[in-house]
Amino acid sequence: MKAAMSIAVALLLYEVLARSGVFAAALVPGLPAIARALWSMLADGSMLKHAGATLYRVALGLGLAATLGLALGVLMGRWRPAERFFMPLVSVLMPIPSLAWAPVFILWFGLGDVATILIVFYAASFPMVLNAWTGARAVNPIWLRAAGAMGARGAALFWKVVVPAASPFILSGLRQAFQRAWIAVVGAEMLAASDYGLGWVIFDAKEFLNADVMLAALAVIGAIGFVFERLVFGALERATVQRWGMLRLARP
Amino acid sequence: MQAPSRWRALAGGALPFVVVGAIWEGVARSGRFPPRLFPTLEEVARTFGRLTASGILPHHAAETLARLGAGFALAALAGIAVGLLMARSRSAESALLPLVSIGAPVPGLAYAPLFLLWFGLGNVGSVLLVGFVAAFPVILNTWTGVKTVKEIWLRAAQVMGAGERRLFRQVILPGALPHILTGLRLGLAQAWRILVAVEMLAAVPWGLGWLIFGAREFLDTDAMLAGIAMIGLIGLALEKLAFQPLERYTVVRWGMVSA
Repeated sequence: MKAAMSIAVALLLYEVLARSGVFAAALVPGLPAIARALWSMLADGSMLKHAGATLYRVALGLGLAATLGLALGVLMGRWRPAERFFMPLVSVLMPIPSLAWAPVFILWFGLGDVATILIVFYAASFPMVLNAWTGARAVNPIWLRAAGAMGARGAALFWKVVVPAASPFILSGLRQAFQRAWIAVVGAEMLAASDYGLGWVIFDAKEFLNADVMLAALAVIGAIGFVFERLVFGALERATVQRWGMLRLARP
Repeated sequence: MQAPSRWRALAGGALPFVVVGAIWEGVARSGRFPPRLFPTLEEVARTFGRLTASGILPHHAAETLARLGAGFALAALAGIAVGLLMARSRSAESALLPLVSIGAPVPGLAYAPLFLLWFGLGNVGSVLLVGFVAAFPVILNTWTGVKTVKEIWLRAAQVMGAGERRLFRQVILPGALPHILTGLRLGLAQAWRILVAVEMLAAVPWGLGWLIFGAREFLDTDAMLAGIAMIGLIGLALEKLAFQPLERYTVVRWGMVSA
């Protein structure tokens, strides 16, 4: 209730500012103009197309990063030589922001989906690798020995002990990876997309001074991020680590 | 006895880079890709040396660092101020918290074109954007830090006769410090990740992001890779000189995570 109040007050302040005429209406459009832009883009289906393109890129980049990052991270956590080989590479590549690669990827793969997906992949893979690595190392050795004494070997040990034990870390890795991916996809679309995508809409609207379209797309970006963060990952967390009673372990 | 093992560790650390470098070199020399697009490491190194010697690369790097410093300083000052305000005043909290929690998860770059429209291309827009984006983790962590200061410390200090000011300076601030430092660390990392992209979009005259983006127009792949190498070096230096010492100082020392 209070939250709704404060949002309403903020919106009201914005509207007053927009109508005061201090700033050009083209730069600071009123709320009705933004709502109209959002509605017309929703009605003609173009916003859905843009959001679909963005989600497709995130899904592919994040899916790739999650799969490869999980495999590499667990391998590094359980096998010393892999850790010694990949850790220096990871720590050198990690501080390079994914968007710094954008011009290189554009040059190599052209404008469009491939470059965008690779940028998302680059951004999302590091949190995944690091968290899976930490998780695989944090498995309580007593569980491993107990399971071993009860006759678990190889694949059973891996799937029934190592993965559940590492799952809080893996899940928080996935969450961080999504946040990074969501930032990266918007930037990548501004730089590398050529026709569709929420980031591209914002950037393209700037050329025509369509601040209402920019703000409408911004609202959609915020809403999708919010839905994923709260609903998808919240539900995922409840269905897995909370049910297994592992959450305490993840957040000391 | 020491020396051989140190050499061995060095060789072990260099091995991954040698392997990746050899693969790169093999692909570059195989002639499958045009050398303009896929230069050999030797060329990248030569370009890096040439650009460094002529002062171009250091100039770009200095401008990028200045922007990072300005944006981060803005984020730190505003973030800590807002965070403290929210934690100390109930009404400020209920007014600001919903806005901050809506604003924080929106990718900062989505604001970039708006900021450029409002504040123009160049330094003002990009520094403000970096500061704005980096302020969110600082705000949230400062707020959490002050809110989670142990009640018993406050009461103990009050019983011992600490006034409002002393309570704030000697109990609340030190108690919240680990959280505030964590927020600063996250904010700096956020600022760094976004700055390079902002430089590409904002058409600033100097800056590593602009160097890379501009070099694309001329198919100057070796200059782009030299710029990325410089970005990697700065990022690594930030990691070693800022993030890791801060982490050691805060979470490890306070016993929140074992080293």
